[in-house]
Amino acid sequence: MGTMGVMAAFVLRRIFQAIIVMLVVSLLAFVMFTFVGDPIAQMVGQDTSLADRAALRDRLGLNDPIILQYARYLGNVVQGDFGISFRTARRVDVLLAERMPATLELALVAALYALLAGVPMGVYTGLYPDRWLSRVFQAVSLAGISLPTFFIGILLILFFGVVLGWLPTFGRGQTVQVGWWSTGLLTVSGLKSLIMPAFTLGMFQLTLIMRLVRSEMLEVLRTDYIKFARARGLSNRAVHFGHALKNTLVPVITITGLQLGSLIAFAIITETVFQWPGMGLLFLQAIQFVDIPVMSTYLILVAAFFVVINLVVDLLYYAVDPRLRMDSSAAGATG
Amino acid sequence: MAANQPLLQVNNLRIEFPNRRGTLVAVDDISLHIDPGEVLGVVGESGAGKSLTGAAIIGLLEPPGRIAGGEILLDGRRIDNLPYEQMRRIRGKEIGAIFQDPLTSLNPLYKISRQLVETIQTHTDMSATQARNHALDLLDSVGIPAASERLDAYPHEFSGGMRQRVVIALALAVNPRLIIADEPTTALDVSIQAQIIGLLRRLCRDHGTAVMLVTHDMGVIAETADRVAVMYAGRIAEVGPVEAVVKDARHPYTHGLMGSIPAVGHHVERLTQIDGAMPRLTEIPPGCAFNPRCPKVFDKCLAERPDLRPAGRTDVSCWLY
Amino acid sequence: MTKAVSDDLEIEPRLTPARRLVDGLRRFFDGDIWHSFKSSRITVVATVITLVIFLAALFAPLVSPSNPYDLATLNLLDAFTAPVWVDDTGAGFLLGTDDQGRDMLSAIIFGTRVSLLVGFASIFFAMVIGISLGLLSGYVGGLTDAVIMRIADIQLSFPAILIALLIDGVVRGVLPSDRHNDVAVWVLIFAIGISNWVQFARTVRGSCMVERNKEYVQAARVIGIHPIVIMLRHVLPNVMGPVLVIATIGLAVAVLTEATLSFLGVGMPPTRPSLGTLVNTGQNFLASGEWWIAVFPGLALATLVLAVNLLGDWLRDALNPKLR
Repeated sequence: MGTMGVMAAFVLRRIFQAIIVMLVVSLLAFVMFTFVGDPIAQMVGQDTSLADRAALRDRLGLNDPIILQYARYLGNVVQGDFGISFRTARRVDVLLAERMPATLELALVAALYALLAGVPMGVYTGLYPDRWLSRVFQAVSLAGISLPTFFIGILLILFFGVVLGWLPTFGRGQTVQVGWWSTGLLTVSGLKSLIMPAFTLGMFQLTLIMRLVRSEMLEVLRTDYIKFARARGLSNRAVHFGHALKNTLVPVITITGLQLGSLIAFAIITETVFQWPGMGLLFLQAIQFVDIPVMSTYLILVAAFFVVINLVVDLLYYAVDPRLRMDSSAAGATG
Repeated sequence: MAANQPLLQVNNLRIEFPNRRGTLVAVDDISLHIDPGEVLGVVGESGAGKSLTGAAIIGLLEPPGRIAGGEILLDGRRIDNLPYEQMRRIRGKEIGAIFQDPLTSLNPLYKISRQLVETIQTHTDMSATQARNHALDLLDSVGIPAASERLDAYPHEFSGGMRQRVVIALALAVNPRLIIADEPTTALDVSIQAQIIGLLRRLCRDHGTAVMLVTHDMGVIAETADRVAVMYAGRIAEVGPVEAVVKDARHPYTHGLMGSIPAVGHHVERLTQIDGAMPRLTEIPPGCAFNPRCPKVFDKCLAERPDLRPAGRTDVSCWLY
Repeated sequence: MTKAVSDDLEIEPRLTPARRLVDGLRRFFDGDIWHSFKSSRITVVATVITLVIFLAALFAPLVSPSNPYDLATLNLLDAFTAPVWVDDTGAGFLLGTDDQGRDMLSAIIFGTRVSLLVGFASIFFAMVIGISLGLLSGYVGGLTDAVIMRIADIQLSFPAILIALLIDGVVRGVLPSDRHNDVAVWVLIFAIGISNWVQFARTVRGSCMVERNKEYVQAARVIGIHPIVIMLRHVLPNVMGPVLVIATIGLAVAVLTEATLSFLGVGMPPTRPSLGTLVNTGQNFLASGEWWIAVFPGLALATLVLAVNLLGDWLRDALNPKLR
């Protein structure tokens, strides 16, 4: 029961912090929304009279006190009303909802690939730092950190798209509608189109995960409990994968979780290179056209993703590390 | 004459640490043996090479440290050059180990039960249930109260002394014939030290387990050990029965060391103290390593290194004898 | 009393500057850092490459075959010439030309100059903000510290590129569009600098909190020197190592961020291209086979970032042997 109480308090505190972060971000978004550019100028034609403009300004509530405007903005946001895109004159929420499946599928596949390749590569280089394959992995990771994402994309397009002609160089291929969600995962052309963008997007995260797992592994292998596990005669497999790997998980979960969030933001670059019709491409176009409602909505959306992911990461800690599950009084006693 | 064969025999062991400025010799040509069921105390200041000797015996010398010469025999069989996998089967089963810090010796993420069971199952054919029952007996035997309730606890739920008991249970899990105990009580409260040492001594006596007790605490040695080896700067200065070494030490270093223990019942004006400090491994002088600090130093000590030779009831490496 | 305190503060013996320099150099070449540098062949190579690139960028007008901005020298007939080992017309452009007949090698050298300018300036900006806020946070503590560090936490959980993009977007909205190209470089420096200050601040803050309670700071207050001044003198030398490491790796990050923004079309304009702008331009000609227009600027960028990263990695290991 104590455990549950501690857990509940922890979760509540996290949720409270998440709400604070969301309020700060929405305030930023609101400030952008309200003070950057002139919404009236965007909405009416050149020949609208000053009086008409003033009337419109009044009707939109732009003359109300700032606090009132912010409250109204928050109220709208909570109801999913993010305003109208200046550029396309369509509802922003509809616009983003259309684009979201493309970005999420891309980010998810990229994250999976980064994890499934990055963790084993990191474990291997941590366990056998002097083997030649480790050196190859290390070189790959250095390239992954140093090669700009967009350049990796361009090289892939050049080789597999232009020279070899194996894979499509832009777009999402054929998509299938599953409810409101349009997926590219169910068609051959959709999957083929996904390969290069996902590889490009995941490359940097793969590198980060690999480097992190490697350094954590090296750290953990030096600890007393690993030495003691060896002294007990446990097999290498039990020591490495039973004892060492699990102890590297906590930092790996943190970083990977945060990386999943940044994948959605980094997708802006990949989506531009491959003309992938996702939220990132929409956001970039919004910046170029100073489409403030789309920009501020994207900001809120990405922040929401981050906050949710952070929350999930915190809960995963609980699952992995028993030391966090104890009462805070006991924590004080054992240090 | 198998009965007279020592359990463990170390011959001319040399441990080196190569680094970019040259090679450090951390353990220089030492020989010792441990008989079945015997407790050998190994004392010396930190850096004297006692822990490294222990690590070399269980085959867990950390790189870049390496055995550069000599041999280690268990039951007359060489174990210092065994392939990793064969040595692994000896660790835990034939030779157990206990380390200094009980707080960090246990994996924080796993229950005690899991750590005990995996050790038992690694070395025996027991089923999971049998192993669990055995684990319970072990916890009981090391004096964990309400062992059946504590079996599924995590390490952080135990105090330091209790954790060291768990560590002892793990080391004794499949009844090894030799335990390397490296400063097993140094990290514990003084009040708990005596309990842990008492427990270790009792369990080993009951099972006929030999112990190599590495410590810098002469008090612990005097109470526990059958024989003592005194190490200084990677060499053995003196070795012999505990009571002879304590009361009738020959080597000037041992002499100084014994003079520094306050003895109960004897009234001493002041404790003696050895001047100076043990030299760094890079600065060991030629001849006898103790010569810069030795009150009885003479010409030969500066030129030639003394070998271990019998003198009185102990073996001493000193030119005085 | 005042006299005694100020004597205490005099820590280093007075030596002539020349003598100090000689001593310092000797200690450096005898020391572990120099040794670790010499024994790491890859670091030496990275240093040489970095130096070559820096010097080429610095002396761009002298070393590049032509001035890519001088429209008078451009000849449209030279457009799309392939690199010299592919080209059979004998035009003699080492890395080929772009769509306007501009020599790619010259464009790359001048582009590197722009990239490095933005990189250095923005990391310097980040350093100034980071160190100031770190000192403030560590010295004042309390609410100021809490607010600054919370902002840092929140900012750190968002990728720098997103923050830079947002700042760029906002500036676009505030400024009239015809002014945008003129101020692009300043916007970039500001945006990239702002998105990288946090690590500097954290490091300085940590060191500052350690120093704050030491006696010499109290003593300084007694003799009327403002504690901030005295702390600057003592905290800064302590954090020089970490700050140098952060700045080196930060330079690589800043150059990459600039390149990415320019590639996305919101960074340096085509009239004053950085390496990222060049890749962006070249991307349009990939499908038609003129691969060199995008690939060579990209390679130059990757080489630069790789070399600086290697240098930063080595520096971190050399200054902090505990972390491998």
